[in-house]
Parts: sequence; C-alpha cells; structure tokens
Amino acid sequence: MDSSDLQAGDALGNEKEIRMKEYTNRELQAKAQQFRIDVIETLHQKGTGHWGGSASVADLLTYLYFKRMDIRPEEPDWTERDRLILSKGHASPMLYAVLESKGYLPKGTLSSFRDMNSSIQGHPCMNKTPGVEMSTGALGHGLSVGLGMSLISQLHDNSFYTYVIVGEGCLNEGQSWEAIMSAGKFAPEKLVLMVDYNKVQLDGTVEEIMPLEPFADKFRAFNWNVPEKMYDGHDMDNIEESFKWLDSQKKGPSVIIYDTVKGKGVSFMENKNIWHGSPVGVEHLEKALPELKEQLSKWEDE
Amino acid sequence: MEKGMRDSFGEALVALGAVNEKLVVLDADVSSSTRSGKFRDAYPERFFNVGVAEANMADIAAGMATCGYRPVISAFAIFIALKSTDQIRNVICYNNLPVIIAGGYAGLSDSFDGASHQSLTDVAIMRAFPNMTVLTLTDADDVQSVLEQALEHDGPVYMRMCRNPSPVIGKKEPLKIGKALCLKEGTDVTIGACGVTVSMALEAAEDLEKMGIKAEVLEMGSIKPMDREALVASVEKTGCFLSVEEHSVIGGMGSAAAEILVKNHPVPMDFVGVDDCFTESGPYLPLLEKYGIHKDIISRKAEELTARKSN
Ligand SMILES: Cc1ncc(C[n+]2csc(CCOP(=O)(O)OP(=O)(O)O)c2C)c(N)n1
Repeated sequence: MDSSDLQAGDALGNEKEIRMKEYTNRELQAKAQQFRIDVIETLHQKGTGHWGGSASVADLLTYLYFKRMDIRPEEPDWTERDRLILSKGHASPMLYAVLESKGYLPKGTLSSFRDMNSSIQGHPCMNKTPGVEMSTGALGHGLSVGLGMSLISQLHDNSFYTYVIVGEGCLNEGQSWEAIMSAGKFAPEKLVLMVDYNKVQLDGTVEEIMPLEPFADKFRAFNWNVPEKMYDGHDMDNIEESFKWLDSQKKGPSVIIYDTVKGKGVSFMENKNIWHGSPVGVEHLEKALPELKEQLSKWEDE
Repeated sequence: MEKGMRDSFGEALVALGAVNEKLVVLDADVSSSTRSGKFRDAYPERFFNVGVAEANMADIAAGMATCGYRPVISAFAIFIALKSTDQIRNVICYNNLPVIIAGGYAGLSDSFDGASHQSLTDVAIMRAFPNMTVLTLTDADDVQSVLEQALEHDGPVYMRMCRNPSPVIGKKEPLKIGKALCLKEGTDVTIGACGVTVSMALEAAEDLEKMGIKAEVLEMGSIKPMDREALVASVEKTGCFLSVEEHSVIGGMGSAAAEILVKNHPVPMDFVGVDDCFTESGPYLPLLEKYGIHKDIISRKAEELTARKSN
C-alpha cells in the first residue's frame, strides 16, 4: 500500500460518517454549488477542461451519489453496487469532485486533473480512478455498456441499478439508438438513462447541430418508460420527484429527461457553446467566482 | 478430414457453457451462420441477439465483462472489426476487459458474398490495439482449446475463423497463445503460416522437398503475442522467411513477423497474402488462388527466397 492509499483510507474513515448522514435537498444544492466552485477553480488552474457540461451535470451527480445510489466508497468493487456511467465523459472534473468528496479519492486529488501520472485523466478511466465504472470520452458508448451491466443485474434478480448520463452529443451517435432499440427489447428493469438536456453542444445549439424533438416521443416509440414531464435538473426537489416517478415504474428501461443549463451558475457562460471547453482565464474566474459564491451562501443560509 | 471451424465453435460454446456459468454469448443476427445459435438453444437466458448492431454488441459485452461475466461476441469478422472498431479500442482494449471477439467468415471464406463480406484487414486492425490477443485458428480442432484459453485469459482475445469446411490436419497439439508450433523441420527456408494456409504450406513443403529444398513449417496463428524465440531460432537456422496468410499483406501476420525479424535477425523475406486490392465473388479455393494464396505460389516464393539468400 503506498501513501496515496493510506490517505484514501483516512478519507474513507470520515466518509463513512458522511455517508450515514441524510442530506436535506437544500444541503445538496449547496454541495453541488461547492463542486462547481471547486471545478471552475481547477479548470482555471489547469488551463484545460470542460466547464459547460460539468456545470450542467453537477446537481444530478450530487443527488445520485449523496442520496440515491446504493454504493460503498470503502468497497468500490462491491458486486451489488449501483453503477453510474458518465457517458458524456468530458464532464469528468465534476465526477472527480463528487468522487473525492465521497471518499473514493484522497483529498486533493482534483488538483491533479489532467496532470501527467495523475489518477484522474482528462476523460474518465476505470482502471486509474476508483469509483469510475466505465472509461468514457468517445461519445456514444455509455448506454450500450450500461445495458450490458443491467442485463447482468437482470440475471441476478435486478440486484443493482445502472444509471447512464448522456448529453445531446451521445444521442447524435447512431450507436445510442442501437442501444435504445435493444434496451426496448431486453427491457432490463433497472436501466435508467438520464439526459442532461442543456440544449447546447460543442459547435452550437441542439437546434443548429442536431435537433432531438420530439424527444420524449422518440423514447416512447422505442418502448421505454418516459415521464409526462421534464424535470428541472438543477432543483433537488425536482430531481427527487423524478426518482419517485422512477420508483413507480414496474418494468424497464426508463429514461428521464432533465431540463438543464449548460454552464449553469455563471451567467455570462450559460447557454454558450463557446464555454463548452474554453480555458477559464483569470478575468473569467474573477467574474465567475463571486456569482457562484453568492448563490452558495444563499443555499447555505436558507 | 474436413470440418468447419464454425461447427466446432457452436459445439464448443455449448460444451463450455455447461461448465462455465459466467459464459454469455452475444450475436448480431448471424447466429445461424456463425453457429453461436447452438448456445442459444442450450442456454437461452445467457444468449443475447442484439440485432444487426455490432457496435452496440461490443459495448454491451464490455458492460457484462465489468460484472464478472465472460462474454463471447460473435459476428462476421469484417463487420466486427470495422463496425465496432471504436468500441473494441476505446472500451474493450483500453479497459482490458476479457471479451472474446469471435470473427467468423474471415479472409475470403465468405467467398460468394464478395468483397463487401471478405475480411482481409481485421488482423491488422486488431493487432494494433494494446492489450489485444490475436489468434488465427488453423483448423476446427483448435476451436475448443482456443476458447478455453481465451476464457482463462485476463484480457480481450480476437479469434479469427474460416466459414467453410477446411482440412483438419491432425496436429499434435492445438493452437496455443504465444506459441509457434513447428509442424515440419527443415533447414533451407522457414514458412510461417496461419489459418487455412497451414495445410497449403505443408503441401508446398512436400513439393519443395522433391526439388531438394528443405522447408521448415511453423504454425504462426498466435499473431499477438507472437512466439519471438521460435521464429528467430528457426530463421537463424534457415536464413530466410516466408509468411503465408489469408489476409492483406499489409499489417497481418507477415508484418508482425517482419517487425520481429528486422530487429532481431534480418533475413530475406517475402509475403504470401492478398496484395492490397479488393477481391470479388467466386468459389473459395479458386478465389484464394486468384488472389495469390495457393500451394504453388508458396513453393515458388520459397524457392526464390532460398536463391536470394545465397546471392
Ligand atoms: C465520438 C466523439 N466525437 C466527438 C467528440 C468531441 N466532443 C466532445 S463533447 C462534444 C459535444 C457534446 O455535446 P453534449 O453531449 O450536449 O455535451 P454537454 O453539453 O452536456 O457538455 C463533442 C462533439 C467526442 N468526445 N467523441
């Protein structure tokens, strides 16, 4: 065991208590906001990484890891754990912030993002980063892989959930539609596709690049469970409601479409494809941080 | 005796499914052709027909492998190697997941279907990926043993198989990962062959014998890892090397052997294989001959090599 393992061990000691804690949704809002701050500072320091899609998925990841998923950070390979695949792998820094906070990674790991020899790669790598269930980066793989996992779950009385998070980009790929069609056939009960529907891709808006509407109807046509409404992917109460809907489903697969904002939390970066992956300069950070912190203190105060 | 590798493949899957409950099989709407359908009949709950969607199939298998299962994905070599290249590279190989990739109908063996179905670049693609093991099976007797080895192997394995009944040559042992088997000893030229060309190389060696040329024949179906020691030792003795394969001469077994020899023991070399062109429909054996894969071509090139060596 090297020193980094020992640090991880220490972190896990605290983490067990953290994990036992029941968070209120307001506390989760604050947590997600803190992750945004950690991530934007990291992206600024490193001069590389994707802000827009990380910010838009912050609340979903926070809710999943701190309230929803049945996981054991101290035992990352536990067979019955719920799986999360971040198919939009460019949002990796947000996943790393969450994994570090959950105790999968030693404190301070996030600061080595994209460094040479780091355990946290530019895009998620399952063999380098504990807690990462599948390496992603090339868009479009996540749902197929998640389907494979959920089919094994199905062979074992649906012993675990598989959550797959995609953006519009993954759904541009033909493979995703192969996966959607085949999931409709095999109907694994605990396969859940979560769409971070921020309506902006790399080059432009979803309308400009590849419109998805009528979006929910596409899934209905492929025999998926689809809620009547879109949920607000930045509101923990709404996210909680979406899982109530999920838990009322009798069979699978299920998709939940979340209305989100690319670059959420920094007004001048929101809804702009330029902030998909542009470096965060000091002038940007100076404008962004006060706004992010102001909102954080609102969540903390209330 | 002749037997189709695919028939052995179906039988072996059924046999191994009985003893390995983690074995799952996926096919892309060609299970009656590849014979993986035999596994479906025996263990329907562990068989998944994903439809004509090879990319999806490869990644589903990857997901299953992360859960401790041992998936075999089965389809035509050309479509598995081309439609799911990204999935095999970025998900299966990058993560070193133990997925067995069974490429059927390889080489020219889907002969009448024509160039769209003939797979002559799959080995070049597969062997370029780190973590991948690449095996071209010699005959139907190799199939069960190769599957058993692949199921024990900690990482992805590509197993390349012929569609048609092909000679079963009665080797003393089946193909082994990392081993080149010497099938005939000789001192004048080393002929390394794989797949259905092994039996052609043996016939060529007999013809050469009559001309006074003693050819050594190596079964080199373990393309990656390749048996460096056996290859170099043989070539140190014979002084020249001829590769024979049912694949493009670009990037196949011959290229892999050349990469080893150029560093360790450069000698005159030549390649028998398809010479960087698209092929066509036709009966299997005449087609092989038309595209340069025949015992007479092997013996001619071997003879030329021995002449080059003495110059
Ligand atoms: C196969 C593949 N093609 C292209 C890219 C480059 N790329 C990275 S992110 C992206 C756009 C993603 O858009 P979306 O899914 O909407 O991401 P989000 O807005 O959630 O960040 C592209 C084209 C890639 N990573 N993989």
